[in-house]
Amino acid sequence: MSADYPQVLLKYRQPDRITTLEEYRQHGGYTALASVIQNGDPAPVKAVLADATLLGRGGAGFPAGVKLKTVADDAPHPRYVVCNADEMEPGTFKDRVFLHAEPHMLIEGMTLAAFSIRASHGIIFIRPEYESAARILEREIGLAREAGLVGENILGSDYGFNIVVHRSGGRYICGEVTAQLNALMGRRPNPKQPPPYATDKGLWAKPTLINNVETLACIPHIVNHGAQWFKDLALTPEAAGTKLFCVSGKVNRPGVYELPLGVKLSTIIEDCCGGMKNGARFKACLPGGASTGFMTAEHYDIAMDFDSLKKVGNRLGTGAIMVFDHHTCMVAATLNLTEFFARESCGWCTPCREGFPYLRDLLGRIENGQGEADMIPQIKTICRHLWKTYCAFAPGGVGPIESLLAHFEDEIMQHIEEKKCPFA
Amino acid sequence: MVAGVPHPREMAIDVVNRLQDHYGYLSDDSLALAAGLLEMTPLELEELATFYTFIYREPVGRYVIHVCDSVICWMEGGVNLVAHLLARLGIQLGETTADGLFTVLPVCCIGYCDRAPAILVNRKVHGPLTIESLDRLVDSLREDAA
Repeated sequence: MSADYPQVLLKYRQPDRITTLEEYRQHGGYTALASVIQNGDPAPVKAVLADATLLGRGGAGFPAGVKLKTVADDAPHPRYVVCNADEMEPGTFKDRVFLHAEPHMLIEGMTLAAFSIRASHGIIFIRPEYESAARILEREIGLAREAGLVGENILGSDYGFNIVVHRSGGRYICGEVTAQLNALMGRRPNPKQPPPYATDKGLWAKPTLINNVETLACIPHIVNHGAQWFKDLALTPEAAGTKLFCVSGKVNRPGVYELPLGVKLSTIIEDCCGGMKNGARFKACLPGGASTGFMTAEHYDIAMDFDSLKKVGNRLGTGAIMVFDHHTCMVAATLNLTEFFARESCGWCTPCREGFPYLRDLLGRIENGQGEADMIPQIKTICRHLWKTYCAFAPGGVGPIESLLAHFEDEIMQHIEEKKCPFA
Repeated sequence: MVAGVPHPREMAIDVVNRLQDHYGYLSDDSLALAAGLLEMTPLELEELATFYTFIYREPVGRYVIHVCDSVICWMEGGVNLVAHLLARLGIQLGETTADGLFTVLPVCCIGYCDRAPAILVNRKVHGPLTIESLDRLVDSLREDAA
């Protein structure tokens, strides 16, 4: 069970409500902010986050400390901090659960990040499906403001930081940093190719730090307990911190579990999720959302951290583990995932806009018994072209397809030879 | 809404949402009005309105049902559920029932994979659903509307 491991982000999680401001403060909330504000120097915050090797929890795994340092000391004002609460990757729901548990942890983390770069404006970008979380955040930001924890003159200091909630109209691409900036400015959310980077010229060409909900929520704890404490939370030496794993699919207890990075996949599935549903066999999982690759039983005991997954050619992504059993057709599952990418492509660049519908068509024909052997090299060729796109959407989207070819070619061939789906 | 911000167009989605909440969808007149408030051309706003999933440029039913068709809901029987819903309402995906009560639209993963198969009714989540619980839900929505 996840309760056997140290809990940081979800330690005080209530079954059906948020932790109130008062409760959060009783648990030591806002003490990190108070000490930092009292000290008045942003440098130690930046230093401890860099030492903690906090890697971004939103999918890319970029070191949060490095990102902070790319905001130059003499950069122009106003500076912005954006919290990316747009999680739209299929299988990902950890931020939703977290926001319904600990909104003040996010508010404090965001304010600390903002203080470290002397930002004055904060925006939480949230998907429309999370309207209840948006309302909770607006209400709790208001309470934090009344308590002098955000807004003007935080805790009596001369530092001010305001946070607003921005509701998206709902498209997956808005989770991409540069697309999100466009969305926030009321422009069509096409990704832009850096440079300039957001921390240099982001919103309205001003320095903008964008971090995922979970990444920001780690900050108060790192400030309070130090970098070494954070590193020691993980089970593998290269990793640091806990991770919110959201597990779904063919397990008995799908849900969000806070576990140390480096925990074994088998532990998550068996101990936390109560094993496979209906006694089925584990066939594969997507370890970190729809834009990672299928991982088969060969890696059932893999340590779930950024490095270990990289070593086997995969990615930890968002920590969204989708579990498939031996009754599930992997061609059909990949077809479904490809449909998602075909629909959600923003359409800005040609390989992505044209490539995914083409792949969907080929996979659909194979699934429906009209496949031919020469479609496999065609699929491979298109996948290669999809690595040449404008942003990371398409290289992510071909993850399931390329891993389908790598691990389940026999299953594809069975569809082609039998001229039907063997699972139908 | 636009008065308090330095760049009116940053409020585009909020303004559109407000109009849509009132009129049910974003009509041509609403779009022109909103564009004026946001200091955008109608075409610029149209570019946004047609991009986002939750902005409706055509009239929709009183209840907009978004059915998740992404991988986890698919694996947990979402396809049968949607087929049942459409048959019961007598419409195809993207259509509205003749009585103006229900519109059914497909949507990508709504972030409730732990409650699959799940749907949204006017953005409120319901799940995990069975055919029976879906039937009860539709009945209760009909009753509420009566």
